[in-house]
Parts: sequence; C-alpha cells; structure tokens
Amino acid sequence: MLAPKSGGKMSDYRIKGETGEWEVVIGLEVHAQVTSNAKLFSGAATAFGAEPNTQVSLVDAAMPGMLPVPNRECIRQAVRTGMAIEAQINKYSRFDRKNYFYADLPQGYQISQLYHPIVGEGSLTIAADEKAGLPEAKVIGVERIHVEQDAGKLMHDQHPTMSYVDLNRSGVALMEIVSRPDMRSPAEAGAYVRKLRSILRYVGSCDGNMEEGSMRADVNVSVRKPGDEFGTRTETKNVNSVRFVMAVIEGEAKRQVELIESGGTVVQETRLYDPDRNETRSMRSKEDAHDYRYFPDPDLLPLILDDDFLAECRDSLPELPDAKRARYLAAGISPYNADVLTAEVEAARWFDTLLDAGAKPVAAANWVTSELFGALNRMGRDISDSPVSPERAAELLGLVADGTISGTIAKAVFEKMLESGDAAGVIVEREGLKQTSDTGAIEAEIAKILTANADKVEQYKGGKEALFGFFVGQTMKAMQGKANPQVVNELLKKALG
Amino acid sequence: MTELTNLTVTQIRDGHRAGDFSAVEVAEAFNANVAGAKALNAFIVETPEHAIAAAKAADADRAAGTLKPLSGVPIGMKDLFATNGVQTTAASHMLEGFVPRYESTVSAKLWDAGCGMLGKLNLDQFAMGSSNETSYFGNVISPWKRKDGGNAALAPGGSSGGSSTAIAARLCPAATGTDTGGSIRQPAAFTGISGIKPTYGRCSRWGIVAFASSLDQAGPMARDVRDCAIMLENMAGFDPKDATSLNLPVPDWEAALSGDLKGKAVGIPKEYRLEGIDPDIDAMWDAGIAMLKDAGAEVVEISLPHTKYALPAYYIIAPAEASSNLARYDGVRYGLRDLPQGAGLQDMYAATRADGFGPEVKRRIMIGTYVLSAGFYDAYYTQAQKVRTLIARDFDAAFGACDVILAPTAPSAAFGLGEKMADPLAMYLNDVFAVPASLAGLPAMSVPAALNREGLPLGLQIIGKAFDEQGVLNAGLAIEERAGFNARAEKWW
Repeated sequence: MLAPKSGGKMSDYRIKGETGEWEVVIGLEVHAQVTSNAKLFSGAATAFGAEPNTQVSLVDAAMPGMLPVPNRECIRQAVRTGMAIEAQINKYSRFDRKNYFYADLPQGYQISQLYHPIVGEGSLTIAADEKAGLPEAKVIGVERIHVEQDAGKLMHDQHPTMSYVDLNRSGVALMEIVSRPDMRSPAEAGAYVRKLRSILRYVGSCDGNMEEGSMRADVNVSVRKPGDEFGTRTETKNVNSVRFVMAVIEGEAKRQVELIESGGTVVQETRLYDPDRNETRSMRSKEDAHDYRYFPDPDLLPLILDDDFLAECRDSLPELPDAKRARYLAAGISPYNADVLTAEVEAARWFDTLLDAGAKPVAAANWVTSELFGALNRMGRDISDSPVSPERAAELLGLVADGTISGTIAKAVFEKMLESGDAAGVIVEREGLKQTSDTGAIEAEIAKILTANADKVEQYKGGKEALFGFFVGQTMKAMQGKANPQVVNELLKKALG
Repeated sequence: MTELTNLTVTQIRDGHRAGDFSAVEVAEAFNANVAGAKALNAFIVETPEHAIAAAKAADADRAAGTLKPLSGVPIGMKDLFATNGVQTTAASHMLEGFVPRYESTVSAKLWDAGCGMLGKLNLDQFAMGSSNETSYFGNVISPWKRKDGGNAALAPGGSSGGSSTAIAARLCPAATGTDTGGSIRQPAAFTGISGIKPTYGRCSRWGIVAFASSLDQAGPMARDVRDCAIMLENMAGFDPKDATSLNLPVPDWEAALSGDLKGKAVGIPKEYRLEGIDPDIDAMWDAGIAMLKDAGAEVVEISLPHTKYALPAYYIIAPAEASSNLARYDGVRYGLRDLPQGAGLQDMYAATRADGFGPEVKRRIMIGTYVLSAGFYDAYYTQAQKVRTLIARDFDAAFGACDVILAPTAPSAAFGLGEKMADPLAMYLNDVFAVPASLAGLPAMSVPAALNREGLPLGLQIIGKAFDEQGVLNAGLAIEERAGFNARAEKWW
C-alpha cells in the first residue's frame, strides 16, 4: 500500500513503496499572463472574455508582411518581476522562434526566448506553515524568466465536423517562470505557486487569476530513493489551480513509484491532467516530441536594456510581501495576522491605508482579520469592494482607542456602518452610543445593583471573586453598554470595598 | 509631342510641374503600353484605374499649387507589396486571389508622394529565384533578344523580373523591387536599367510578403541613377511598425547627386575575379574602373577574403528564415485551402502546402527546415551566421581603404529561359556577386555599363558603406555619365 506521510521536517514527505521510501522531486514552469493593455508584439487588446476574434490585429492573425514590434510595457513587467525575486536581469536578451504547426498558432511559430532569456537566476522563499505541513521556511530557486507569445484557442463544439479558432489570446504576453527542481512535496509546490502568485500580484505584472487562465503551471515530477540521483521526470501541462498542482504531484509520484516497483521504467513524456478523474494521462513521449527548430527571430533586434530603464523598473516596485510581513511583525502584529494580511496585495494595501489613516497596528490587525474579514465573508465581497473604506474604519477604531465607545459598541456601530454607509462618528452621535465616564451616573446604577443583589455581595465578600464579572455585566447592562468599562471596574472595586 | 513613355521619372515630374503635359496623359500613355505588352507577362494585375485616379489628383494638385514630390508619376508595384484592395500574390498559387485590407508602408509612402499604380508586377514566387521562372503566373519574358539571329526568350532576371522588364520595355518609368540576395540588382543588370538596394533597414518591411527577414530590403528600379535617388527618397524612412527599421532621417539624395569622385577611393575586390568568367564581364569591369578614375577617384585593390563562403552561407540563412516565414501559409486563415474529403488538420496542411507552393519554394523550405533541425543547427545555421559576421568584417576592413567598391553585378548577361531551371546550383551562382552585400546589409546598386558581344546589357555593381547611399548613387552617376548607355530593346511584343 502506498500512503504519503507528512509532518516532521519538510523534506520528510515520503512515498512508502514496497521497496522502501521514495522522495519526490518537483520543478514548476509557471506561465503568467503579463498585465498589459496590449499584446506582446501588437497593439491589440487583451481583455478576458471578449467575443471570439474581436481582439486580433493583423499581426496576431499573421497576415502576409506583418511584423512584430516588442511592447515596452510587457518587457518592463517581466523585468520588474525578475527584480521582485531578486533575479539577475539580463541587459541583453533575444527572441527566438519556436516552430511548429497548429491551427491556434497563426505564424506557424511562437516567439519566445530560448537562448537568451530576459531574467536569469533568482529565488523566492516559502514561509513555514505547520498546518500545511511546512515546519520551516524554504528558499526555492528560480532558474529563469522569459517572455513569449500565447497561442489562440480551438473551439470544437461549434460545428459538427469543423473546429473554430479564436485568436483573442494569440500573441498575448506570457512570462514563463521556471523553478529549479527544489521542491520535495505537494505542500511545498502549493506554497511556491501561492507565493509566486502573491508576488506577481504585488508587482502588478500578472493578475494571478488561475480560473481565467492568467496563470497556469507545467508540473515536472520525478521520484528517487532519498540520496539517489534524480529519476526520469514527466511533465504535466497546463495545470490551472494550486489544488490541481498538488493533486498532480501526489498522483504522478504514486504512479511512478508503482511503475518502477512493478518492474517498469518512467519514460520522459508530456502528460495531461484530467481534473474530473483526478489522473494524468500520456500526451506524447520524448520520441514524438517536436523538433521546434529554434532560431533567433530575424524580425526582431536583440533587446538591450539601459540603466535608466532598469532604474525606473526598480523604483516602481512596491513593498513586497516578505518586507511587508517583517514590518508588521516589528509593529507587534502577530505572525498569524501578518501572514493573513500580506497574502493578498489588496488586503495589504487596504490595511496600510488604515494604518496611514492613524489606526494602531495591533488593534487594527485584529479588527481587520476578525471583524472586517468576517463581514466581507458574510457578504461574499472582496476587500477591494468593501463597503467601508480604510479611512472610515480608522475613524471607528479611533473612537474605541480614545474611549468614546467600547469594543462591544464598536461592533454594533460597524454593523450600522455596513448597513447605512454612514461614518462611525455620525452613527455614535445619532444613536447616542457614546460611552460615558460620568462617575455619578455609574455610581448611582452601581448602588442600585448592589442593593438588589445583597446576597451576591455577601458571597463576593466571602471570597467568590468570580462574581465581579457579574456585577460588571449588570452595570453595563444598566448603562445600556455605554459605560466606560475601565471606569465601571474602578467604581465597582471601590464600592465592593 | 515627345513620346511620354520614353520620359524618366525626373522628366515626368518636372514636365508635369511645368505644365508640359497632364498627369492623365502620362497615365494613359503608360496604361496603353501596359495593355499592349501582354506578351512580356510583366504584370499579374493591371490597375489602370488606380493610375488614372492618381493622375487626376496630381493634375488637380498642380492646379491648386499643392504638388507632391512625385505627382503625376505612375509606377509599377512588385507584387510582393501588400496593396489595399488589390490582389497581392507574391506570384504564388498560395496567395492567388488574396486581397489585403492594408497597404505596405513603402507603397503607402509612394501613393502619399503622388505616384499612381499601373499594376502589380510579376516576380519569382515568394521572391525565390533569379529568372522569374518560379512565378505561378508564368515567367516574365525579357524585352531583350540576343543579336545572334535566334529568337530565344531571355530571362529578365529575378526576383524583380516584372519590374525590370516593365521599365526596360517602357511600361512604367520606375518600379519597386525587393532585394534579398540580388533581386533588384541582377534583374536591373539583365535588362539595362538601374536599381538600388539601400542599407538594410532604410525601407520598412511592413506589408512586404517576407522571404528572409534579415536580408529582405525594398528599393527602387528605374532608368537612371537620378530616378533611383528620387524614388528611394520617397520609399525610405523610419517605421515604428518594423523593429528592424533604421531610425535615421532620409537624406536629400537627389540634391547631393554628383558624378565628381575627386578625393574618393574605389576598391576593386580581387576575390571577385572569377576563373573562367565571361571575358565581356571582365572587360566591362575594367572599363568601369577607367570611368571612375576619369571621374577623379583613386582606385585601390582590396581583399574580401571570405567571399567564397558568401553564397553557401546565404543559401543556409535565407532558406532557414524562409522555412519559418512561410509557415503561416497553412490554409487556416487566408489564401489557398485544400481540404480533401474527410481530411484532418495535418492533411489540410499537407494538401494546401503541396498545392500552394511551387518546386523552388518547396526546395528552400526543405533546405531551411533541414538546416534548423536538431543535430544540424550548429553545423549549418550557426556556422553560416559566423560566416556572415566574417563577411561583414571583410567589408568593414575594406572600407578602411576605400569609399565604395566596384564589381560586376552578375557573372553573365541574361540567359535563356529554361537554360538553368534544371540545375538549381547554376541558378544560385547568378547571385555570387550580389549576395555578400546582402549578408552585410550594405547599400548596393547596379547601373548599366555596356552591351556584351550578343548585344545584351551588362551591369556594374557599386557597394557602399552602411548608410552611405549617397556614395553609391554618386559613383553610379559617374559611370552612367561616362558609359553613355542608351541601348534599348527593340520592340517585338
């Protein structure tokens, strides 16, 4: 029986086979669509979901005599992405043609970068996450990033005997981000894809939308006995969710171990993942692999990046997730909250605006991760269309911080903010929710309560100190929640001797 | 009245400007010549209405005092340039009936300059050939005949053979050509006209059906050097739509024309002296040297040591690029589609491409595919690129000692149609003198210099430094002024 075992140190993920334990070796090639209004080599638009063949220029359709011209913005985004993973940026890079025939490839070749990619060696760090089976942080190497054209799409369901071609995606800019074979478990691969996605979204070079195909991964998997040489790998193409990436690795590693242990050999091949059956199947073996006849694209000059361009790319980079997380930790925010707040760029930006508006970091972090996320979750909304702005939230938190309202009242005020869209101060004023520190009023209520509960006063004085909370509750209730809890505490203590 | 079709571009421009004749008269005269020259098969499509419309506009512009640089000049357009609304075929079955909805940059510039279009000129299929015999629409026939009593039909050169024939036969005063490995210069030499291939990148390639992208370059063909200068000025210029386009201003080449070569040095490459070459070629070359000396130039012997590797390198690089450039002709989106009953995608590709490409195009696609394939790439393509670099270095070194280089354009005069079709290598040898300048991206032109003993024109080639079209044109002018070449083919068509 085969069963993956997790826990312990990261590299301890093992497949238990008949002949002992196996280690899985994983490398990922992530294709990320570059965020840009126009395609890599033409001015055509790139919006998702447009009517077929409405975003196609003469260049994208490879009409006779049409020529590619590099889109500066796509190059800039690839460079900024490289910088975000601290990679070497190649000032000299070049485009190559990858030649093959297919109906979704109008030119008969894809313009890519085989020999001289724009971005060289870099790395990213996946954080420790005990629950996900990642006890410690790990650095994953990135071998290169190159830019290339996407192909169009065939539609087989439009006609009984013919296939239709939609060229809207033809020529769209992709970054191919190639990792080192540094991952050793599905959890590590999942964390890598999530971290990469997070960085891309921070940088703004890719929207990371895997459902729309903006990001997809080719998953390279091999198995070996721990300490042995790398085994033969298979490549599963176009996997479009983190869950599927992990499922492919689990399934493919198991398949390879079973194959080897039953006397077979793994062949180098390209496989396809079928999410419905959760299995991969062979697409073509190495022997059937195309000879792509790569050669430098003679329509394009080498890409030479100058220092000004590189400086602009670097200066325009935002604070990245790792740096942001460190800043939050330094401000006293818990590691858990820091992770939650930095995972998605929109949440982090929202939170930073909240801090800029004057909110105290720790209280703000707690409020965002519990109250705000809870409310958004309930409403099924993203933080980017939160009904309450960071500025409004800062006002609410400020009212708590300066003692104007209690935390309990704050929850109620927040609900009303969500309903009415009014500012916290307006709601507090209108509904008379300001908490009172009027000792006279509170003392009067306390006196009434102590009189009405003489038995409990006796018990308290006899040592049942837990009853203090009861008196607090009664007083707050009598004050309709508007009493300052700290003042209530002090006055009660005094009254109870 | 002067026969309008005997006028050069300069004469038409100036005469129209002076009011000696109307542009419509000029267009009608050339339209008539075109219509009467079907036997030459120079045009794939005739567009008399386009020429007339432009002429009417030119006449109106003259009346309004808003003349353009080439107002009133009708020209021929090689059918490799995409022309909006007019069939553009590259002389192939593959693109038969293909009507682009866009205009190539070069043709658009010429229309903007006031030119009218007489028609789309025949060529070798996808510009692959040196004799026009690979055209799907039948070969062009040169207006020239050997003075040997025979009546052999001669090749007009290639690939711009429709252009060369049309000019030589007075069907148009000028035409566009494209030159990948001699396709402007060799046909110009074969038909007794002038033609210049400018520095690679001078003319935008946008909208020109691609053959070999790193070599393809448009240029003008005309009756004399001045006409070439005028035409080139109106074809050249930076185009943001072509990433290899030169971002340089276009000089006023016409204004700076001068046949005075005092202070200039002319290099004579010793490697271009071929064993067993036609003595008429060598004699013409020697005469050319004397003419340039007479124009004041100093003559120096130079060495271009890697010349003998140029042709093999060219016939690796050009087919390699072509094999990829022509992959788009797949039957999916436009042009020919052969879809046999029950065929799948691969069958459609095979049938379409088998039917749509001629034998020479197929030969080059196969050579190109072979030299780029795994295991052969380094031995062929990489090696050829190294040779290309060495050839460019040869020229760099030579230009340390001279300003322009003088050589024959082609190793022979026009040959008879059919004489070389059975032997592709013999055909390729035609480009032996033309190819090195193409590999180095240098400006080069052919001017008519003499008639051989059979009465056929021979051309001299001037190769210049990168961006120095002026030096090339001026040396060409010096030869033109001294050669006094005014022979023309006797009309038999």
